[in-house]
Amino acid sequence: MRAAWLPKLVVAPSFVLALLFIYGLIAWNGYLSLSASRLLPNYEFAGFQQYANLFESERFHVALSNMAVFGTLFVGGAMAIGLVLAILLDQKIRAEGVLRTIYLYPMALSFIVTGTAWKWILNPGLGLEHLVQQWGWESFSFDWLVDPDKAIYCIAIAGVWQSAGFVMALFLAGLRGIDDSIVKAAQVDGASLPRIYWRILIPSLRPVFFSTLMVVSHLAIKSFDLVMALTAGGPGFATDLPATFMYAMAFSRGQIGLGAASATVMLALVAAIVVPYLYSELRVKK
Amino acid sequence: MNRLSVHRVLLWAALLLFAAWFLTPLYVMVVTSLKDMQQVREGNLLSLPSDPTLASWAKAWSSACTGIDCGGLKPFFMNSLLMVVPAVAVSTAIGSLNGYVLAKWRFPGSEGLFAMLLFGVFMPMQVVLLPMSQVLGWLGIASSIWGLILVHVIAGIPSTTLFFRNYYVGLPDELVKAAMLDGAGFWRIFTRIVLPLSTPIMVVTLIWQFTNIWNDFLYGVVFSGADSKPITVGLNNLANTSSSVKEYNVDMAAAMIAALPTLFVYIVAGKYFVRGLTAGAVKG
Amino acid sequence: MQRIVSNSLGLIAAAAALTCTSARAGELEVLHWWTSGGEAKAAAALKASMQAKGHTWKDFAVAGGGGDAAMTVLKSRVVSGNAPAAAQIKGPSLQEWAKEGVLANMDGVAKAEKWDELLPKVVSDVMKYKGNYIAVPVNVHRVNWLWANPAAFQKAGAKLPTTWDEFFVAAEALKKAGVIPVAHGGQNWQDFTTFESVALGVGGADFYKKALVQLDPASLSSPTMEKVLTTFKRVKDYTDKNANGRDWNLATAMVIKGEAGMQLMGDWAKGEFIAAGKVPGKDFACVAAPGTAKAYTFNVDSFAMFKLKNDANVKAQNDLAAAIMGTEFQEVFNLNKGSIPVRLNMKMDKFDDCAKLSSKDFVDDAKSGTLVPSIAHGMAVPSAAEGAIKDVVSQFWNADKMSAKDAMAKLAAAAKTK
Repeated sequence: MRAAWLPKLVVAPSFVLALLFIYGLIAWNGYLSLSASRLLPNYEFAGFQQYANLFESERFHVALSNMAVFGTLFVGGAMAIGLVLAILLDQKIRAEGVLRTIYLYPMALSFIVTGTAWKWILNPGLGLEHLVQQWGWESFSFDWLVDPDKAIYCIAIAGVWQSAGFVMALFLAGLRGIDDSIVKAAQVDGASLPRIYWRILIPSLRPVFFSTLMVVSHLAIKSFDLVMALTAGGPGFATDLPATFMYAMAFSRGQIGLGAASATVMLALVAAIVVPYLYSELRVKK
Repeated sequence: MNRLSVHRVLLWAALLLFAAWFLTPLYVMVVTSLKDMQQVREGNLLSLPSDPTLASWAKAWSSACTGIDCGGLKPFFMNSLLMVVPAVAVSTAIGSLNGYVLAKWRFPGSEGLFAMLLFGVFMPMQVVLLPMSQVLGWLGIASSIWGLILVHVIAGIPSTTLFFRNYYVGLPDELVKAAMLDGAGFWRIFTRIVLPLSTPIMVVTLIWQFTNIWNDFLYGVVFSGADSKPITVGLNNLANTSSSVKEYNVDMAAAMIAALPTLFVYIVAGKYFVRGLTAGAVKG
Repeated sequence: MQRIVSNSLGLIAAAAALTCTSARAGELEVLHWWTSGGEAKAAAALKASMQAKGHTWKDFAVAGGGGDAAMTVLKSRVVSGNAPAAAQIKGPSLQEWAKEGVLANMDGVAKAEKWDELLPKVVSDVMKYKGNYIAVPVNVHRVNWLWANPAAFQKAGAKLPTTWDEFFVAAEALKKAGVIPVAHGGQNWQDFTTFESVALGVGGADFYKKALVQLDPASLSSPTMEKVLTTFKRVKDYTDKNANGRDWNLATAMVIKGEAGMQLMGDWAKGEFIAAGKVPGKDFACVAAPGTAKAYTFNVDSFAMFKLKNDANVKAQNDLAAAIMGTEFQEVFNLNKGSIPVRLNMKMDKFDDCAKLSSKDFVDDAKSGTLVPSIAHGMAVPSAAEGAIKDVVSQFWNADKMSAKDAMAKLAAAAKTK
């Protein structure tokens, strides 16, 4: 190929910047986690002390388990509901345009707006519970938001609400992109609609699935804003996530070293799941 | 198939139930913003305003207090606009060039680099704050709109590259080969062949970037200067006041004002968004 | 010819005067989170007086979380070499920042304005680092107040409590009369505000100082602490179940409306009552939290002054510091905020009865050694340990099955956090 250096030159600046940004910061953060930084970064080496403190912290354990619960519910819920909605809308509905806009618009809202609105709706005294009681069902109770064990599910509900529409759009595009002839052939063979979906269409969505999973996981990691707006980590610290833990420690409590250690642990966990997946998916292509 | 079969009825029931779930928060926000505080206190979440008024909207726009200044969200709106347009344009342009190279001009190691870039999508934003502040300080653009734009551009490169690369992979290689045979070089192929075919993915990326950057709070509050605070910061100051009576109606009106541009984009361009995705943004 | 000369001289003089003024005028960037109506109005008065001296005020408001977002921004600014002139920081955090070497020495202004004479020692010590002033105090809040709705009490036939035993008697009566006894907001700092009032009332000022300020492990594991914790948990039975996450001003609103009988909150609650048009003594009552009539938990807001590079800005910063401690600002600001002036010997004529009581107790308790800093509001303990203790206390409040002994063990561990 002529001028093989030109393409490399073109992508070089932005790649270098982006990679420096990502890996440089991860490294800097890692260094901070080995330092004695408190209010402001300082570079005094402190060994693994911050990690020791981290694992003694009960609050961090809660944050980790929340990340597992929330991550699974959010990603799983958004993907499942998004797929269901895409299949439903694929059925040649007349009002498809309107319905699609209705399912998609929540993505346009910032997490802060979503959190504020859902905080109100899920509030036992002012929101849903109050409303249903006013309608007559006096004994209805829905106080998940204030229950330390159940509050995390509320965050998952709001998160799925925000993102399912986007997943739907991605899957719908994927479904529409599948060659009609395959479907027609199957119908000629006498397969029923659910069978067609199950055996043919859903499996051919695999590449879409990959991109969608990347995007939804990105949103899960960003849900810092949503937690802050909806519960601010409460009740107590029952809905703390590693991202909010890190923010609190680094910025509110003058424990930058501890915050950096928690961020490193979080990244390591994410990498453990994501890297093998990235490897397998990108390998498969040609 | 009978149009009114059980299947269709069930289908419609499911669709409408979902629609109700999705619409309720929007309904709550709009309805609350049209009430005055008396109605908010006395009514309940879903009740319609007994006497709708646009007073909260006017207040949120031009006279609500966001600190010592009580000028509403108007100044912040302009700041966001000035910040978002360059950031979206530049990050999209870079993404399209990167995607073009990764899809059509592969070189040894390019897939590996791409994977490394993708990992950036998972980095939590808080990690970026302090080191970036230091770097921007050295560059002399800390606490200014330029620093904020730079951060958003860099942070957007992984996602925009992903979108464009996946799309361009779907463009037949023959197009590029034929153009090369005709004597076209790297740039010519890009501008004459690839770009004109990129409309759907451009729309997708522009919408995605616009939404993310417009709605971002953390970078906006940390990297902007006193005169360049985006609308999310204004909204936060307005709605999160640490004392005094909470004016829910003004808060909701402000939230709606902050969401209007992105809502507008999704409603108007949503059709193109799906079309763009169908055309292969995600076929990767 | 003469006219040209005199005109030119006039022009030169004018130009000289102009450059003199502009050489003096500085730029003041002030970080704060006073975004609500009342506070903003008071701060606007400060801005106006700065502008009158020719300085420009660049407002840097970041609302939310009692300053969490603001602190994030502040750190980034300092790290990038671009600190604001003043930031709303208080308590031991002032010393933490000073240790990093980024705060300015305000002794010049302090001597000129005689701050050492106008401030009680317990307050001026917090404003100093290694003997030099690095911050300016703004006001004094009393935290150990109990606000009550007299009408609700009358309806329930209860009387305003002066001890914790009386408190529970009154709470029972209110509950029977269908009034929520205690309005509470389930947030970290509110839980702790209640906790420290209980600690002060049950254990007394000396216990408070040893256990919560000095974090003495023996006191934290003592039977007195156990009693404090059980009393504290009992209060929860008298709050409503929607308390979680509720903002403090909404809890105050419950008392204003008569839905709830009492609230344990600092004197900024008074601002709410006044804003709602209520009259102290008639529509609402202010008494010291049970058992704490002879003690005073203080919370002093202050501005830390950062090292600046530009001379004009430094002058502006000095003017700001002097103005904050000046009588005019002290009066206007505190009338609006519900607190009392931190400057001693001010005329309290315009202030209401609750404020007058607060002012008198402030001076008296300072003399008798029962003036204690509020932990809930960051006045006493470094932020890391403070955050950890607050976590434990909130967890204890919210948990169904945590015993006081467990909580004590956790408290002792949390107190060691660096």
